[in-house]
Amino acid sequence: MQLQKFSYDNRIPKMFAIATMFWGAIGMLVGVLAAFQLAFPALNFGLPFTTFGRVRPVHTNAVIFAFVGNGIFTAVYYSLPRLLKTSMWSNKLSKIHFWGWQLIILVGAITLLMGYTSSKEYAELEWPLDIAIAIIWVIFGINMFGTILTRRERYLYVAIWFYIGSWVTVAMLHIVNSFELPVSFFKSYSWYAGVQDALVQWWYGHNAVAFFLTTPYLGLMYYFLPKAANRPIYSYRLSIVHFWSLIFLYIWAGPHHLLYTALPDWAQSLGTAFSIMLLLPSWGGMLNGLFTLRGAWDKVREEPVLKFFVVAVTCYGMSTFEGPMLSLKNVNAISHYSDWTIAHVHVGALGWNGFLTFGMLYWLIPKLFNTKLYSKKLASTHFWIGTLGIVLYAIPMYWAAFRSYFMMKAFTPAGQLQYQFIDVVQSIVPFYVLRAIGGTIYLTGVLVMVYNLVKTAKQGKFVATEEAEAPALEKNYKSPVGSFWHAVIERKPIMLLTLSLIVVGIGGLVEMVPTFLIKENVPTITSVKPYTPLELQGRDIYIREGCSNCHSQMIRPFRYEVARYGEYSKAGEFVYDHPFLWGSKRTGPDLAREGGKNADSWHFNHMLEPTSMSPGSIMPAYPWLFENDVDVATTNSKIYAMRKMGVPYPDGYESQANKDLHEQANKIATNLKKDKIQVDSKKEIIALIAYLQRLGKDIKTGETSSNNISANN
Amino acid sequence: MKFSHYLEKITGVGIYPMISLLLFVAFFTAVTIIVFKTSKETISEMESLPLDNN
Repeated sequence: MQLQKFSYDNRIPKMFAIATMFWGAIGMLVGVLAAFQLAFPALNFGLPFTTFGRVRPVHTNAVIFAFVGNGIFTAVYYSLPRLLKTSMWSNKLSKIHFWGWQLIILVGAITLLMGYTSSKEYAELEWPLDIAIAIIWVIFGINMFGTILTRRERYLYVAIWFYIGSWVTVAMLHIVNSFELPVSFFKSYSWYAGVQDALVQWWYGHNAVAFFLTTPYLGLMYYFLPKAANRPIYSYRLSIVHFWSLIFLYIWAGPHHLLYTALPDWAQSLGTAFSIMLLLPSWGGMLNGLFTLRGAWDKVREEPVLKFFVVAVTCYGMSTFEGPMLSLKNVNAISHYSDWTIAHVHVGALGWNGFLTFGMLYWLIPKLFNTKLYSKKLASTHFWIGTLGIVLYAIPMYWAAFRSYFMMKAFTPAGQLQYQFIDVVQSIVPFYVLRAIGGTIYLTGVLVMVYNLVKTAKQGKFVATEEAEAPALEKNYKSPVGSFWHAVIERKPIMLLTLSLIVVGIGGLVEMVPTFLIKENVPTITSVKPYTPLELQGRDIYIREGCSNCHSQMIRPFRYEVARYGEYSKAGEFVYDHPFLWGSKRTGPDLAREGGKNADSWHFNHMLEPTSMSPGSIMPAYPWLFENDVDVATTNSKIYAMRKMGVPYPDGYESQANKDLHEQANKIATNLKKDKIQVDSKKEIIALIAYLQRLGKDIKTGETSSNNISANN
Repeated sequence: MKFSHYLEKITGVGIYPMISLLLFVAFFTAVTIIVFKTSKETISEMESLPLDNN
């Protein structure tokens, strides 16, 4: 048969590889800053854009979407053409994809630091960027499918299935979770409220981990591990089972982020059951990776690429064992809101994603520059530095988690809580220091890698394109007699795409539909009322400053939580919360029942200088709230948007909302005056105090009786 | 437009998780059977795809 000539482009993979290293170093540096801020609050520098609440989302987004994102694209643009024996479908789309993605990252980092955030974890970027992400993602998809449809190889290798499954699921997750109503340029409210918002968010959040950090990287593993070891994967059959069961199960597991919360019980159990089942495909995949190296362990001793791969796959196994354990209710009771979660994600991010990326880069860069790695010794040093970094990061966090759990739940014989929250914080700070050092060591390893790879590139010569040839794909192919129908899927990418979408779609629907459609699942509480205009403005300040990064608003039904924070949270309390602000980590105390606990003047002084009210506090100070005026021009559109989404403000209320706002603000200012505090009632701090004093009060009035909670109202 | 509460009641919500479990078991069994019925030649052709180029 006649051979056709074509070429593989190396420029795009090279650009993505450079972006991976660049954003990786930046994202980790920001992470190190955030880690040190928790130990030394002075590092918040008293500036809005350097406080922890705004820095932490920059770190998480940079590491997930910039570092790992560019890592995925490096792998796809390198492996896809080679696996399909064709060039990428459109070089122009590849370039738009590359520059578009980098632009989104840049604008995203700037807007997050400016305080433009939706507050939903890993989906913090505001609506114009959500639209931009969707467009770039579609462009990537068109380019990928164009390539697949013009291929010269009949079968789609399993790595490509993982790429396709990830692409379609991320598209679905991003669109569903980004339903929001813009109130201005760069400010929007989530379309969902309270429990429903939480469910959608963690359905998204969990699957961002699954379909952005895991499945595309499994594709990467299935391509680069056999390549580096120069032998096929241990069991190709197992990889097929791995793929289908993983994408089927992952999509259901989201509710395990909401155990013991106000989420309906059946949804919590569903999340737990599917999380435990996930253990099997995950470990199947891990063993498949490790067994590929059977009989080749001598190579692992010498080849840094394989060393990185082995630890990466091992870390994948450890986190996917830990994940199902964490989704057991009794274990989750310890881990949730604690540093255990942080340890868990970092074993995944530093070990699995980080080390797999490093292994790929050590293999890829010499190939792209047609040379050998500049220094194997340095790469091995990086390996050991990185491993030490992970260990030093994770162990203090596990220790801190258990320590805080035992302190939080300790009661004196007289039945009083033994420790104040601040005592626990104080005893955890040394672990924060150790963790920050672990992170710094890991980052040092990355810088060693960058140096090594720059040297490698300099000693070689860049191969912009590689020529190749292959016969065209036969038209009207008939499968041999007796072949099974799964072979058809392996040849038909669109069918594979549709099937994956159906598989993940069923999971999403069954999980969410009941909570969305059925009133019974979210009992309403008559005494719960919408926020006043001033409280709403205060809530938006709370969102802007990223308070929910450290403070939860969700009290679980445990004796030690109820004793510490007050009556446990009910689903019906959050029906007007667009977005929900339950949080996922308690570096500070829960605020669900903060209203009325402390005086207005306490909050005033506390926000200005936290240690003055709470000695030993690691909370940053927020001096700018005392200088900036509340932007009352936005009240009108905010009230209007809320009513559009079903919050029962009376018709035409937006026109008189600011009158009520000023009235309430003046009342708080007068109240502060009694405590000898002079402050202009227009300042942002007044709105924030109004919001904090409202929290949890709606059901406080009659909190002893459960009569307020009725299913039929 | 409100995004919730179109229906007022649900009886036996437990059926939802049950449906999902049964779906998965059926799906998993099907995939496993198919995978083991695939011929050895096809498998070895597919698994060597990444190794073709060099």
